Amino acid sequence: MMEILDLLFTIGFWTAAVRMATPLIFGTLGELICERAGVLNLGIEGIMTFGAMIAWMWVYQGGDLYSAILVAAVAGAIFGVLHSGLTVYLGVSQHVSGIGITLLASSASYFIFRVMLPNVTTPPKIESFEPLAIPLLSSLPFVGPVLFEQTVITYIAFLLIPLFSYLLYRTPFGLAVRMVGENPMAVEAQGIDVLLLRTVAVAFGSALMAIGGAFLTISVFDAFYFGMINGRGWICVALVIFASWKPGKAFLGTILFAGFDALQIRIQQESGIGIPYQFFLMLPYLLSIAALILISRKAAYPKALLVPFRKGER
Amino acid sequence: MTPRENATALPVLEIRSVSKRFGNLQANKDLTFSLAGGEVLALLGENGAGKTTLMNILFGHYVADSGDIFFEGKPLPQGSPSASLGLGIGMVHQHFTLGENLTVLENVLLGTESLFALSQKSAEAREKLTALSARFGLQVNPDRLISDLSVGERQRVEILKALYRDVRVLILDEPTAVLTPQESVQLFSALRNMVSEGMSIIFISHKLAETFEIANRVVVLRRGEIAGVFDTQATSEQELAHAMVGRALPKVDRPPAAAGGVVMALQGVSVRQAEETNLYDINLTLRAGEVVGIAGVSGNGQRTLTSLLGGDITASAGELIFDGTPVTNASPRRFIDAGVARIPEDRNDVGIVGEMSIPENLIIENYRDSAFQRAGWMQGQNIEEYSQELCGVFDIRGADEAQQAKELSGGNIQKLILARVLSKQPRLIIASQPTRGLDVGAQSQVHQRLLDAKRAGAAVFLVSEDLEELFTLCDRLHVMFEGRLSLSMPIEEVDIEHIGLMMTGKNFETHNYAA
Amino acid sequence: MRLERRQGVSLGMRLALPAIAIGVALAICSLFLLWAGANVGQAYFSLAKGAFGSRFALTETLTRATPLIFTGLAAAVAFRAKLWNIGGEGQLYVGAMAITFFGTGLITLPPALMVPFLFLVAVLGGGLLLLVSTVLKTWLRVDEVVTTLLLNFVVLLLVDYLLFGPWKDPMALGWPQAARIVEEGRLSSIVPRSRLHTGLLFALGSAVVVWLLMRFTRWGFEIRAVGHNMKAAQFSGIPVKWAVIRTAILSGGLAACAGVTEVAGTKGYLTVDISPGFGYTGIAVAMLAGLNPLGVIAAAVFFAGIYNGADSMSRAMNVSNYIADVITATALLSMLVCSLLVHYRLRRD
Repeated sequence: MMEILDLLFTIGFWTAAVRMATPLIFGTLGELICERAGVLNLGIEGIMTFGAMIAWMWVYQGGDLYSAILVAAVAGAIFGVLHSGLTVYLGVSQHVSGIGITLLASSASYFIFRVMLPNVTTPPKIESFEPLAIPLLSSLPFVGPVLFEQTVITYIAFLLIPLFSYLLYRTPFGLAVRMVGENPMAVEAQGIDVLLLRTVAVAFGSALMAIGGAFLTISVFDAFYFGMINGRGWICVALVIFASWKPGKAFLGTILFAGFDALQIRIQQESGIGIPYQFFLMLPYLLSIAALILISRKAAYPKALLVPFRKGER
Repeated sequence: MTPRENATALPVLEIRSVSKRFGNLQANKDLTFSLAGGEVLALLGENGAGKTTLMNILFGHYVADSGDIFFEGKPLPQGSPSASLGLGIGMVHQHFTLGENLTVLENVLLGTESLFALSQKSAEAREKLTALSARFGLQVNPDRLISDLSVGERQRVEILKALYRDVRVLILDEPTAVLTPQESVQLFSALRNMVSEGMSIIFISHKLAETFEIANRVVVLRRGEIAGVFDTQATSEQELAHAMVGRALPKVDRPPAAAGGVVMALQGVSVRQAEETNLYDINLTLRAGEVVGIAGVSGNGQRTLTSLLGGDITASAGELIFDGTPVTNASPRRFIDAGVARIPEDRNDVGIVGEMSIPENLIIENYRDSAFQRAGWMQGQNIEEYSQELCGVFDIRGADEAQQAKELSGGNIQKLILARVLSKQPRLIIASQPTRGLDVGAQSQVHQRLLDAKRAGAAVFLVSEDLEELFTLCDRLHVMFEGRLSLSMPIEEVDIEHIGLMMTGKNFETHNYAA
Repeated sequence: MRLERRQGVSLGMRLALPAIAIGVALAICSLFLLWAGANVGQAYFSLAKGAFGSRFALTETLTRATPLIFTGLAAAVAFRAKLWNIGGEGQLYVGAMAITFFGTGLITLPPALMVPFLFLVAVLGGGLLLLVSTVLKTWLRVDEVVTTLLLNFVVLLLVDYLLFGPWKDPMALGWPQAARIVEEGRLSSIVPRSRLHTGLLFALGSAVVVWLLMRFTRWGFEIRAVGHNMKAAQFSGIPVKWAVIRTAILSGGLAACAGVTEVAGTKGYLTVDISPGFGYTGIAVAMLAGLNPLGVIAAAVFFAGIYNGADSMSRAMNVSNYIADVITATALLSMLVCSLLVHYRLRRD
């Protein structure tokens, strides 16, 4: 027990936690904006996978790291538009479409990877983002190395949180997005195209999800492994509910999670504790379920979530 | 002060020969009238008279089939809420268009700034909103969530939304339907403020007292047509009521009541719950072989009452007694098993499972009967025969071709529901708006069925917005207003105008009804 | 533009629907093939040959179809009641674990009893797992999509632990696999010199039973009513909560049977990779079958053929066999769109 408490005070632990929170931040905020607009996007797991693959592939084929982020975002947005086309315009079941997109995006990732690298057994590595120390700030005690010696994408995540909140709560666009998930009739009555608005929100959210996936390949693992997203996309869906669809709470949720994840990895490595490592790996998933149980009964779902909007129906 | 003094000569709004039909239903027929600046015009009529349709056309939700609308002398571009809004026509809908999890300020701001703007001008907006609130007496805190507001406060937000956009004509659809008397007073004072600044108001209502209190003129609609245009100073409640309901007394072809024993009685029942209108001290007696009707405009508690009688909700006070046994908190299943047949108001949403077949819908309430299933196995042959028989007896057309119940026309769906409930020889039939949306032929078939059931000894409880229907079928009549039930009146002793007045709240008495 | 319901869709149209969806999917996937540098015609021919073109191919395809029928039925039953069971994979492994626990020597019965017994424990296991998510949904409003998905990962980790730990077969020379299912519990081969086993017959039988259940029994009637229109079902006095619970036990149990066929039939012992995603593919199977239990058989055989054919195609033409997954996903989405267009017409407003 003492060892665990000790762990919580090490810089290494918190640095890892911040790093592990990064993809969760992108994924959760991405899903958050989709659901706020009234669309459940279960394509997240697949979109993150595809983002991971395409960013890596772009760099492997000679592209630079920064444009790789953009490529992933665009790819994510395209899947988002597909999901929106099916669910918002055609009114198909959001659940099934999302799962179909996850299957499609995942399988397309693996197919494209295999076609381009047919004979590799160990995934090749690329030159990924190196940690970039921010001058002055990184010299701060404790906080310095933990927050300011991270890679570029993590810094983007830091910036994303306030920008995203600003977008959602202080711009007319954000207001329209929030309203379209509560009462699309109110939005239509103002002459705003509900279907287009939802599509933009979903495309934007999906772009964020893809960047979250890209982080894993071009900033952490340097290589693309099969199954590397490993359920993190689904955890983001749970985190959105847990965060009551609020970006601030979502951020806290991701830090909590990542902290937990980092903790269980460290504990595994401590030989003193005799519990098999698989049980530690289960904890994030079980924790997500527990969080859902706690929060779901009083969850303030966006009122128009999952309800397709049919123009002119009153 | 009489708002009339501010009325100017040039009409702000001119409606000429506007017509609109929905399928078989002629919602608006050849409507012509005008609205002056600084005037309050009341639009009066029963449910289904066509008031909301006309207003939806004005506001851009619908496009008229024919006719013209002129706003300040220029033609109004139809079918676009943003065009109507832009010109200065605002509407406060009966069902609010508000986002519950957002604040008042946010709801008002929606759509007022370009979606590409980089920031919202919240500070200026808040100031403007607070100023408008004060100016018109519509107090509300801009930072509260809509979900925390009372209904009266929510309505204020809806009005502020319109005022924020500098409307010239404000349409209010049944605004006092959801308000307490005190809130209505506040609303009227706000409306008077608006009018004194030159705005025009169209006020849709079914309540006569208010019409006289707030309006300069009244346009009465009946069955989609204009029944009269009156000056409030020069008319009376009787004249308006008469225009609303018309003179035509339906020919009565009713078997005489042979009232038997009491099937269901409600004593001192009250229902207090958030969702629909509350009920206060209801006393009701339903006897075998008798048709009891409830007249009244929708939204005065009828839904709550029918839900209560079907077991969907429970009473907060008082007792329900069925055949001498208290059933005050029984489940719907118990009511069904006891012989209560319910004909729901939303026949498509709740009355049938659209994707299932007609035979399946016919047995959905009693699929557990031994005729239809044995040890879990559905007896397809029996079900099919039963279905054929019922389709024949109840004249359900289109049953052979239709694979799914939702393919049937509205009238045939209703006949299906009737077949389902009437074939079981129910003790009590609760019929809610049974002929809404049906053509004349289907209507009379439904009526015949209900009368047949009465003859067979069932107690029939009929809730309807259609006074003609009530007069055709009922032996006794109550009027429902704001959650209270009037005294029961034998049909021979009432007159349609009197009922019309009572529906608007006038001359309404409640007593403990002694059997 | 808006959607307008069509009046009455003919049976012929309904049967043609999956074929149209498949056609669209194959057309879209030919773009992937072209990009990979393959000759589309040749590729699909090779795929078809690998799927159905020889005795061996056929038996392999049918062997692979067996678990897909079960997971397809599981998804079809659940989705009909609007219970979004994405946990087929986890339920499959729970079934596999259950029979490994009971069937590797703990209990031995004569073959005629042993096999049904193993199916029974598997069904109970899978049913219970799904029941957890269902109870959370019905009583605590917890979304079942997320819980069923997350539980998949938990179950897989448990299997991983068991196979590297307490259940590791000491006679397996270090490979992470469990002990073999006892002879009495094995599903015997039905075609000599092939992997095809009696599991197929159980699967076919189950499809027929499920079809009969949904069409002809009281419980099927309730499940269908609740799935189509819960409000109307409730209004008519149908006990909605119990209908959903029964559905959960049935659906979870069916998915678990796929675990039985693979462990007791195809392989003989539990390994971590006993299922390459059968649970997820089952969803595509169910959608393509229009949620019809008998249609599931055809759809399962189709997808099994695709996977099988892709294996041999990839060997022949050096195109990754992941094309099978791409075809599966595209077929699912394509089916969604085609179903919609069959029942609705697109109209200009």
